[in-house]
Amino acid sequence: MTTVASTRPAPAAAVPAARPGRPPRSERRAGLLLSAPFLLVYLVFLVGPLLVGIVLSFFNTTTVKSGLGGWVGVSNYTKVCADPLFWEAMWHSVLFTLFTTPPLVVLALAAAILAGRMRRGRTFYRLAFFAPYVVPSSVVALIFLWIYTPQVGLATKVFSAVGLPVPDFIGSTSGGWTAVTLMTLWWTFGFNFVLYTAALQDIPPEVYEAAAIDGAGPWQQIRHLTVPLLGRTTSLVLILQILASLKVFDQIYLLLGGGPSQSTRPVIEYIYDTGFTSYRGGYGAAATMVYFVVIVAISAAWYGLRRRRASHAAA
Amino acid sequence: MSTITQPRPAARTGASAVDGGRLFNRLCGTCLTLFALIWLVPFVWALTTSLRNDGSITQHPTSLFAGGWSLHAYSYAWDTYPIGSWYLNSLVISVLAVLFTVAFCSMAGFALAFLRFRGRGAVIALVMAGLMLPSEALVLPQFIEYRSLHLLGTYWALVLPSVAAPVSVFVFHAFFRGIPQPLIEAARIDGASWWRVYAAVCMPICRPAISTVAILTFITSWNSFLWPLLVLNQTKMQTIPVGLASLVNNSNIQYAEVMASSVLGFLPLIAVFLLFQRQITQGIATTGIK
Repeated sequence: MTTVASTRPAPAAAVPAARPGRPPRSERRAGLLLSAPFLLVYLVFLVGPLLVGIVLSFFNTTTVKSGLGGWVGVSNYTKVCADPLFWEAMWHSVLFTLFTTPPLVVLALAAAILAGRMRRGRTFYRLAFFAPYVVPSSVVALIFLWIYTPQVGLATKVFSAVGLPVPDFIGSTSGGWTAVTLMTLWWTFGFNFVLYTAALQDIPPEVYEAAAIDGAGPWQQIRHLTVPLLGRTTSLVLILQILASLKVFDQIYLLLGGGPSQSTRPVIEYIYDTGFTSYRGGYGAAATMVYFVVIVAISAAWYGLRRRRASHAAA
Repeated sequence: MSTITQPRPAARTGASAVDGGRLFNRLCGTCLTLFALIWLVPFVWALTTSLRNDGSITQHPTSLFAGGWSLHAYSYAWDTYPIGSWYLNSLVISVLAVLFTVAFCSMAGFALAFLRFRGRGAVIALVMAGLMLPSEALVLPQFIEYRSLHLLGTYWALVLPSVAAPVSVFVFHAFFRGIPQPLIEAARIDGASWWRVYAAVCMPICRPAISTVAILTFITSWNSFLWPLLVLNQTKMQTIPVGLASLVNNSNIQYAEVMASSVLGFLPLIAVFLLFQRQITQGIATTGIK
């Protein structure tokens, strides 16, 4: 259901080549039969929507009744590309990505490095940071809406206790972004923390021992050893975070409803609105395809870059 | 990381460096613990709010014990909202998703790891390409496809997208590859059919992969929001996340009741997480599922 990338290199494909000769009939039949159920579900329910989307984007389908509607050619696409609301929504998704990615990557890296230095309490840190991640988004929104309540909410109290001006968390655009960013930080921080923690455990302790013998202090060890050694993980965390942030819907929809007056509405909510409020299925499908191509292009670029980097390192 | 590895002549400077290091570590520990405690605040805040009464919450929002504690808000929330049937729906959907995902994806993973058949390369390419497919971006065409198949409003509408997850095949495939080939051949020579090799030899070995896929599928399926929001339109049919979303409303001043419902919403998952936290975090670290 999600963007996925292997964090560990998979072992080289060698198994089928191990036995030469033409496979017996029973083996070929078993292979087809065993992969058939998954393949069927995969083709119909994962590849299917993609094909349906491509077809719909050329028709003026409505979402209320079944049937395709009339053929309209590429006019859906020209309308989407000329719609300032669509580009505003795209910009809001990008803006959300810009707000959330740096803190989520940098803070997770810092926290994981600190936790890695601790002998005790690692389980506690993992529990505290990761627990929010398993909570449904609507529960997170309920809790944070109460925290952001004007006058009586906890955030209001904390902001005024520290002496900061209290933003209008729900009613204003800038306050809304603050609210959504803080909530997302709390909710998904643990994911990046866990990825970094796992990568830290793969660094052999001898590296640090050697550095300590050479007289490197803890800060130097972190700066010149840990952070560079985590480079691959950082690139993975970064792309997963960018893709996840570009796909934002839950937090903004639940907390702000895309408001005030659509000033925070992300792309997925734009598609949701055109498809399920205005019932313009074909138009929404065209918007979906434009957005889809952007996302796939970003992840393909990342995969390509990583593969080239890997073959460089191997050569 | 220990003083023993320090060479003798450097003993003096080494000692001060170790002291500095210890101080640094203690400072780090304090910062991190503080940070972790801040992370727990929303949970504690929701829990304590749910135990108070609305009158004292509005009057003394930050004094936690004002007005006394009671479970009144929980019984109110349970009686007012169909939380019981939401739980049941979420449970049925997630369990079905887990069963089908584990069965189908492990079979496919087994076939791709051990069997040579026509189209194997194409299937692998499809699975790898599927890893990059942002399926939640496709909700609108997905909705129209499910409607034309008359699947809307059924449990299947929520189970099937989870089963079509290439990452689960990927996890099983990677795990099966670690099984030594002679074991499989020995079983074949003993006359076991491929189905028996899969079911009686390989599946028992790959219990860690099963638990990883099962737990992660359970959590993602339980927590998914946008798709169930579109597909299940009757209140009784809704899942926990979608049902609770109807309480999100900033003019709602029944703070204790709303917080009681959200505590009920996060408790089962926190319980699952506490039980399986090692497998969950390991699974996340090896697959990068987000």
